[in-house]
Amino acid sequence: MDQTFLVNVFGSCDRCFKQRALRPVFKKSEQLNYCSLCVEIMAADGLHENETLASLKSEAESLKGKLEEERAKLHDVELHQVAERVEALGQFVMKTRRTLKGHGNKVLCMDWCKDKRRLVSSSQDGKVIVWDSFTTNKEHAVTMPCTWVMACAYAPSGCAIACGGLDNKCSVYPLTFDKNENMAAKKKSVAMHTNYLSACSFTNSDMQILTASGDGTCALWDVESGQLLQSFHGHGADVLCLDLAPSETGNTFVSGGCDKKAMVWDMRSGQCVQAFETHESDINSVRYYPSGDAFASGSDDATCRLYDLRADREVAIYSKESIIFGASSVDFSLSGRLLFAGYNDYTINVWDVLKGSRVSILFGHENRVSTLRVSPDGTAFCSGSWDHTLRVWA
Amino acid sequence: MAASPAPLGGHPRVQRPHLSKMERMVVTMQDPDQGVRMRSQRLLVTVIPHAVNGSDIVEWLMQKYSIAEDEALHLGSLLVQHGYLYPLRDPRRLELRPDETPYRFQTPYFWTSTLWPAAELDYAIYLAKKNIRKQGTLVDHEKEHYHQLHRKINHAWDLVMMQAREQLRAAKQRRKGDRLVIACQEQTYWLVNRPPPGAPSVLEQGPGRGPCTAGRVPMTKTLDFYRREVECLRRALGRARVKSSTCLEAYLKFSSQHGPHDPIMSGCLPSNPWVTDDDAYWAMNAPSVAMPTRLRVEQWAFSFRELLEDPVGRAHFMDFLGQEFSAENLSFWEACEELRHGGQAQVPALVDAVYQQFLAPGAARWVNIDSRTMEQTLAGLTQPHRHVLDDAQRHIYLLMKKDSYPRFLKSDLYRDLRAEAVVPWRPSDGEPGCARGSGRGRAAARPFSPAGCSCSWKPCTPAPALLSFRLGLWGARGWRW
Repeated sequence: MDQTFLVNVFGSCDRCFKQRALRPVFKKSEQLNYCSLCVEIMAADGLHENETLASLKSEAESLKGKLEEERAKLHDVELHQVAERVEALGQFVMKTRRTLKGHGNKVLCMDWCKDKRRLVSSSQDGKVIVWDSFTTNKEHAVTMPCTWVMACAYAPSGCAIACGGLDNKCSVYPLTFDKNENMAAKKKSVAMHTNYLSACSFTNSDMQILTASGDGTCALWDVESGQLLQSFHGHGADVLCLDLAPSETGNTFVSGGCDKKAMVWDMRSGQCVQAFETHESDINSVRYYPSGDAFASGSDDATCRLYDLRADREVAIYSKESIIFGASSVDFSLSGRLLFAGYNDYTINVWDVLKGSRVSILFGHENRVSTLRVSPDGTAFCSGSWDHTLRVWA
Repeated sequence: MAASPAPLGGHPRVQRPHLSKMERMVVTMQDPDQGVRMRSQRLLVTVIPHAVNGSDIVEWLMQKYSIAEDEALHLGSLLVQHGYLYPLRDPRRLELRPDETPYRFQTPYFWTSTLWPAAELDYAIYLAKKNIRKQGTLVDHEKEHYHQLHRKINHAWDLVMMQAREQLRAAKQRRKGDRLVIACQEQTYWLVNRPPPGAPSVLEQGPGRGPCTAGRVPMTKTLDFYRREVECLRRALGRARVKSSTCLEAYLKFSSQHGPHDPIMSGCLPSNPWVTDDDAYWAMNAPSVAMPTRLRVEQWAFSFRELLEDPVGRAHFMDFLGQEFSAENLSFWEACEELRHGGQAQVPALVDAVYQQFLAPGAARWVNIDSRTMEQTLAGLTQPHRHVLDDAQRHIYLLMKKDSYPRFLKSDLYRDLRAEAVVPWRPSDGEPGCARGSGRGRAAARPFSPAGCSCSWKPCTPAPALLSFRLGLWGARGWRW
């Protein structure tokens, strides 16, 4: 008796890459293997996936080309030309004024408190420490249940901190001065991502947190309930950094990722408002210019760049042939004249934002500088490094 | 390196771009005409060709990249730490000494980009060779590794020992100079890839990024991704742009306006707390201080946003609005801010409260919004959400900014605030307390309070003798800049 056998081939589906039973699909004499779930999804889309994907790709490319043309039309002068009238800065002396020792492993992230002297820092071994950096005393310490705590933030009220990393979550810890109370007991899990948390920041209040993750998305969360208020999709790879805009309407933020793109988002609609793709490697850090009209980015391609939001283009590149290691974090001085950038070659370079020249190089750390923030009143800046220490410079 | 699936966009990720840059640098350094001066180095009884001095390396870097000596030394040290240069004497320590110490360039075979990650088998062979050649030359951590590997790849141990012996035999047939060089090269490679405890590992990376990491599922839904990208690009094309010259001029204006307010650029009075360990500056500029400083009051005139961001400024502005019977505008704006940034759970109650107080017909503090915005807002109130009052808030904000704010700046209230504002005094002892800009920055520090100021810190007009002494002080002592 004849019997028909259906051979089940198991393998990796060409669409979702999961290990499933595969069905062969022939497109233009090329065989692709999809799992049954993907076949149904594609049928529901009503499209032949390959064809639309190719046409969308080419459409995106041609639109990018047009956008570059449009941007170039209004570009009538370079920043260093305009800055010729500005006085050059004199010799610069900044020294380490405080060294915070206490982390047992690489310091990955730090954030200042609004009181201009406290700060929170997180490290690879899971420890998150709140310091009064003026006295170098440790005020609070909590150990996270995961390693590589890559993001931490201080709440605007000064009453809580947020942190997260390889646990894919962002947790908020209220700060209590009761010595008997265990900080970890009151921990609140706010954000849930499907990959590591790379950056987090409170918005104007303690009630909302903005997060960026290795899963390629950013998200806005309500702290009290843990509810997702808005998610931001558009990066093609891990998102590594974000910064909230100091604008008048206060509704945008910028993010940078491994896809070399810096994207500006509207927090209300979740849509990408502007995108810039001129870096040659991962963007490790983004920071707004104090006026909110521009932002700077630091990247693994050893350059920092300034992007103007009104002109909608890159307006300056801060690079030097002798600087070959990536910039891990950047921040502006209060007037926006100086850009401080921490690099993976253990140094901090200070750039004249207007003239584009390097004003000074600061040595001191013994391993890569992973995080750098100027204090809220601009009197100093703090750098954290893989050498287990934080330094306050002024 | 292992192949990896390309991320969206189709360009393969270049991991560690700094390595290829270092390699280019090292290749340039070896250029016969433009590179570092090479010489033959006498070592024990052999002569090693193509060696370079530490000091020559530093000088070459200084000249090529126009950098100072400390930076050149640092850059050279990084090259040595990453194994692109190795010391001929004492190869255990990977550091650059700016003197006659001889170095050589690592062979490309051992470059990190060629031969990474280092294979355990190779390490076992290397340690075995060392052990066989001279018993007891293995350092502690190497001994540990050796035993660990012996346990781990026990099944292949015969292969390891055989390879080790073969390599040693082949090495014996080479000239002494070559043998020495190859040994140094190999040792450097392993110092970089298996650093001794305590030494930082230069090859260490953070947690894996991007789709190249093993075990990561690449971005699915590529169709959605491209659709979104196309939409974003279409929107971006329709964006209104401003001429570059206008935008860039704005930076100049902003920097010059805010320069005197930037403590790192222009110093701060009485002193920078981080430098002098005196937190008087913070006390004087506390968020809700009774008497704000002159600089702070002046900053309120820069932009409406900066006035509102300062609690003291906002309070004075509220007083001013009270005088003009339009204080409800600012209160409404504050309530909207609370709504936008507050907790989700409070949204319905807050929206209701705002409606009752500000928007309802006949409300106690009714705000004057144009009829179209009012209609839209009231319609939206049936389904309250965080952003339901955004349009109304923007309208009121612009009203205050265009109308009340300029009047505030011209008002007697503001003028009096400026006149009464505190101008801090620099303490007469100790070194100048903050970093300074070029000479012109001195004017901004205003160490002398003008007559008529009600500064509560020191007498306003200093005694003449003190004055001349202080002038002498500025001149004699050089600035830290």
